[in-house]
Amino acid sequence: MIPAFLPLRDAIAAHVRDGLTVALEGFTHLIPFAAGHEIIRQRRRDLTLVRMTPDLIYDQLIGMGCARALVFSWGGNPGVGSLHRLRDAIEQQWPGPLAIDEHSHAGMAVRYAAGAAGLPFGILRGYTGTDLAAANAAHIRPITCPFTGETLTALPALTPDVTILHAQRADREGNVWLRGIVGASREAAMAARTLVVTVEEVVDALDAPMNAFVIPGWQVAAISAVPGGAYPSYALGHYPRDNAFYQAWDGIARTRESFTAWMATHVLGTADHAAFLRSVGGTG
Amino acid sequence: MSAYTSDEMMTVAAARRLRNGAVCFVGIGLPSAACNLARLTHAPDLVLIYESGTVGTRPHVLPLSIGDGELAETARSVIPLPEIFTHYLQRGRVDVGFLGAAQVDRVGGLNSTVIGPYAAPQVRLPGAGGAPEIAAHAREVLVVMKQSTRTFVERLDFRTSAGRVRALITDLGVMEPGADGELVLTQVYAGVTVEQVRAACGWPLRVAARIAPVAPPTPEELAVLRDLQTRTRAAHAARVRLDGVGA
Repeated sequence: MIPAFLPLRDAIAAHVRDGLTVALEGFTHLIPFAAGHEIIRQRRRDLTLVRMTPDLIYDQLIGMGCARALVFSWGGNPGVGSLHRLRDAIEQQWPGPLAIDEHSHAGMAVRYAAGAAGLPFGILRGYTGTDLAAANAAHIRPITCPFTGETLTALPALTPDVTILHAQRADREGNVWLRGIVGASREAAMAARTLVVTVEEVVDALDAPMNAFVIPGWQVAAISAVPGGAYPSYALGHYPRDNAFYQAWDGIARTRESFTAWMATHVLGTADHAAFLRSVGGTG
Repeated sequence: MSAYTSDEMMTVAAARRLRNGAVCFVGIGLPSAACNLARLTHAPDLVLIYESGTVGTRPHVLPLSIGDGELAETARSVIPLPEIFTHYLQRGRVDVGFLGAAQVDRVGGLNSTVIGPYAAPQVRLPGAGGAPEIAAHAREVLVVMKQSTRTFVERLDFRTSAGRVRALITDLGVMEPGADGELVLTQVYAGVTVEQVRAACGWPLRVAARIAPVAPPTPEELAVLRDLQTRTRAAHAARVRLDGVGA
């Protein structure tokens, strides 16, 4: 089975529907910003958003009212400070209430890995001596090792309805190669019911080394070629992370008014990612 | 007017704690500055692991985020994040873990989750990230935090990480756990008094019978740290342009 090669607008319309559990993964690197913006343009609602680090893209989705719940482990602007829209949702319920299912990084990794392995839960030696389990008893439980008697921590598997990744490259059969920092992308991809991928380029042959992280095309539902699709995050080998934009976001997102105006101009006011890049000055 | 800032003294004091060859699990910000300062001075064989998946990283500039391209391109290997937490951290292959937080208590418990009640916080902080398991599994945990009565508190609003701290390095001095686990002031920096440290601590701070002096930063330490920070600021200031991407 070869995945459908679709314009991003059509891939999102076909696979991301209101109320679904959606994971846009990529740990600092290869964050699928273009896909997130398209979800905002299509005004999706009541999503349960899953990501280890919500980052700017979930700050935007949450601030634009797309999310009902958030599953995460670290919700800041890396090296800069707060995600102001995430904070406003939790502290002031703006633009609406946001349920949270909160973990540590190790815990999120275990949850994705369990989902990818088809198991109901995953295990780690973690959360010990913290208030996390008490704050999230629905999703963090103790379990006794049947062999040693040791008390470990069990976490329910994560199986997103849709996982969306950005990658450097796909070939014409839809095989996808990610290189560089991959975070928990592999586990999030294999845990998903449906996998949608955006790529920098579609090539005749991947030319990936034997042990490279290649997702087989028959695991991918849809592929969209979106050059610059991770910007202002980055795609190793194509463009660096725009750290200056991450720093500028702190001021943009600080108030509801400046955030809403920025989103109206640069996301709702642009037809697609190429137009978005032109509007923020990244190209043209 | 001293020739160095209290932040520089804190970073240098943290760097000096790292022995050459140790395997370090590095967080962003001050820990990253301290680890790279150590690597560029007395500990050239320090192994730096960043939670994004980079092992044996030797960045030329400090990363803004935990997953900057600089970290991947200067790493000995780049592995999936779950393996960082399972194969390296949980399996016991990390010598030193470095943490910071919004609040610390007298036994080194850390809060980076909320100020106020969890269900209705006054301030929602970023959350746990890698901290709970770093605190649990690194052989030795170092915490670096600026001191104030708002951050060094009698009672944490939320316990994100359990206290298991070898040393709490502040901008005034160093605290280390006594036999019962409570932190004791053991070092103060040049020009700082014990009373100043006590006044900037939210609990009645125990003080060791003998306070060890801490040597000020050497000219070499200061020069290397300032060079690193100058390079870093320049690297992060430029906006990225995507002209030609996909062309």
